[in-house]
Amino acid sequence: MGEVLIETKGISKEFSGVRVLDNIDIGIERGEIFGIIGENGAGKSTLVKILSGIYTPTEGKIFFEGKEVEIKDPLHAKMIGISIIPQEFNLINELSVYENIFLGSEITRKGFLNTREMKRRTISLLEELKKSIDPEEKIERLSVAQKQMVEIAKAIAYDSKLLIMDEPTTVLTLNEIEILFDLMRSLKERGVTIIYISHKLKEVRKICDRVMVLRDGQMISVSQTGEVDEEEMAKRMVGRELSQIFPDKVSPSDEVVFEVENLTINGLLENISFGLREGEILGFAGLVGAGRTELAEAIIGIRKRDSGKISIKGKPVEIKSPNDAVKNKIAYLSEDRQGSGILTSFDLIKNTTLISLPAYSKILINSKKEREKTKKYVDKFNIRAASLKTRLEFFSGGNQQKVSLAKSLDPEPEIFIFDEPTRGIDVNAKREIYRFMNELVNEGVSCILISSELEEIIGMCNRVVVMKEGRITGILEGEHINEEEIMLHATGLKGVA
Amino acid sequence: MAGENVKRRFEYERFGPLIALAILFVVSAIASPYFLQTQNLLNILRQVSYTGIIALGMTFVIISGGIDLSVGSMVALVGGVVILALNWLLTVFGEGGEAWAILFALIIGLLFGAGLGALNGLMVTIGKIAPFIATLGTMAIFRSMALYIGSAGVFRSESNLFPDLGMGNVLGIPNPVVVFISLAVIFAIILNKTRYGRYLCAVGSNPKVAKYSAIKVNLTRFISYVAVGITVGFSAVFLSARLNSMSSTNGGLNYELDAIAAVIIGGTPMTGGAGSIFGTVIGAITLGIINNMLNMLGVSPYLQGTVKGVVIIGAVLIQRKRSQ
Repeated sequence: MGEVLIETKGISKEFSGVRVLDNIDIGIERGEIFGIIGENGAGKSTLVKILSGIYTPTEGKIFFEGKEVEIKDPLHAKMIGISIIPQEFNLINELSVYENIFLGSEITRKGFLNTREMKRRTISLLEELKKSIDPEEKIERLSVAQKQMVEIAKAIAYDSKLLIMDEPTTVLTLNEIEILFDLMRSLKERGVTIIYISHKLKEVRKICDRVMVLRDGQMISVSQTGEVDEEEMAKRMVGRELSQIFPDKVSPSDEVVFEVENLTINGLLENISFGLREGEILGFAGLVGAGRTELAEAIIGIRKRDSGKISIKGKPVEIKSPNDAVKNKIAYLSEDRQGSGILTSFDLIKNTTLISLPAYSKILINSKKEREKTKKYVDKFNIRAASLKTRLEFFSGGNQQKVSLAKSLDPEPEIFIFDEPTRGIDVNAKREIYRFMNELVNEGVSCILISSELEEIIGMCNRVVVMKEGRITGILEGEHINEEEIMLHATGLKGVA
Repeated sequence: MAGENVKRRFEYERFGPLIALAILFVVSAIASPYFLQTQNLLNILRQVSYTGIIALGMTFVIISGGIDLSVGSMVALVGGVVILALNWLLTVFGEGGEAWAILFALIIGLLFGAGLGALNGLMVTIGKIAPFIATLGTMAIFRSMALYIGSAGVFRSESNLFPDLGMGNVLGIPNPVVVFISLAVIFAIILNKTRYGRYLCAVGSNPKVAKYSAIKVNLTRFISYVAVGITVGFSAVFLSARLNSMSSTNGGLNYELDAIAAVIIGGTPMTGGAGSIFGTVIGAITLGIINNMLNMLGVSPYLQGTVKGVVIIGAVLIQRKRSQ
């Protein structure tokens, strides 16, 4: 310890004259786990992209292992020993584990692929990571956590000295996070340096040696993680005192407005029954794979149901397509924002009115009405956009999520299903979304909140449905809504499994 | 932040094909004194209108993320059926009803085109066959049907009035050009100002998002194939009217290539999700001017395909550079 592996001096980056990163000086030691936290747009990704060769800095120098380096491109970064585990994995689904690990640096013998050697090395790599994944398995058949392991194995295969992890835990279950942390510790012992970027302050505190706070491109502080608590970190990130993150809960009425009875999809969901009261936030907790998203998709008609009845205000309804769901005033905010929520190639206006377009057009679209309505949402949700005509690909994650919200809200739903609404967005945007949910229930809209963040479930919900492997293991109320009870039900140790 | 750059690039994207056409126009005017003569310019427009009309429908299909290779064969089959129908209608309506017979033949052509397009649409949506494969199949089928019905010869119309439809003009502008421009305006309005146009782009951009947004993805795609079928109907009717016949072997041959080329040169990406009717019109005219110039300069007709190919590849290269 003590030897500096990578050092930056006065790193700055400008885009079209706007300074997004200003004069960053950091020195990270060999074998250190270095956390970087900050809100969306604080400059974390820009810094990481500079270190991994995707961007070149406008000013400043980088020293790696004591020598000044100019990182030309990601391949060059890899060659000198810097690897990045991106949020979206760079794996080829149709290829096997070992083919992915050696992609671009295949081992050959006399011009032919030496598959036996590549498989052997893959096995020993994965053994080092204490992971048993079949090297011949196709990537598409692996779980998210396993894919991440393959990414890490790939980085180690290149003999990386610096590993950059960008939000690695957002897609992992609690258990998988623990495994990842164990792995990070053993990498640390081997002298690998890790830069760890996350929104989850608790995790940063748990795993990192030091943590740097970025705000608006400026380096606010670098401290030993032992010296700052989560509240202090959050304070430094937003630059002011954080008021209470969750708003006060609103009591719902007793009237059940939405009811699901014995909903079954063979092999996925079994006899799901629950009722949603007017103005209620009903939480859905469970581990990844419990079938919560599948349930939501069955409710809005994306997935075919094998049996079961859905009724709204006591009347049975037929929902066979998302179109039927919209007609019945049900909105769904997808967990997969870019995959099924927004169109990145469409501008702000066209995204906002995509579902509710019939309300804007008889024969021709009334673009003035569209623009005015979109402006209202920009104000309401504090959406930061260059213009209403900016395409969403240029938006930050938090702003994209707000547009996604506006889009789901525009058809004026009475039942709103939120699926992981705050995944991958910063504390401030989270608070805005919680406040917005509160506003909705105050107006009498009934909400379902699917979330893997227990804090969120506990902080927001009036009642909590816990699921495990396609079944409901319990519906918790009042004081029973706590971390322990939820986890006991989610793992099947309590309740009808 | 990056907003300004984006805006500038967007404008360039929009006007790129137009600027290319303007340059080509000036070069042509300098290279040949005959180029700017009204008759020549009208000729160019008339020549491009047959594939240009089809390119309008093709723009919709490509925006939706598909492709239609069958349009050339469809021209021969629809044209043949129109002429057979016309000859029969002439006997039904008798001496005085020739205009009626032609009107009904036109309607039959449009409906038949729409029907063949619907067939493609069904295979792509309900049948879930990749558009390239499905329309490659119907390309062979439609041509073979035309050849069989026409005994590999030429369908000849017995009407004396029919050629007037193909040769006539409105205020000096040839009929097919009038149809081309009118349809272009209608297609542009549908694409830019109606719900269907918006849905078309959404489906082509990301069908999963479209589905979650309560858009009927299959219906949207299906309609785009019907639309291209209707444009083929127009093209086939005006082409057969001009010649008062339709060849089952050569009718519409390679039209799919020119139609797709016009769409691509006009800046609509092959990946779908966005596109421009205005661009397609520019693309079609660009192709026409290139042909015209090569003819005037006495370049071997065998080399014209090479030039066309280079222009298409060049247009795509420029587009890719821009989107990076």
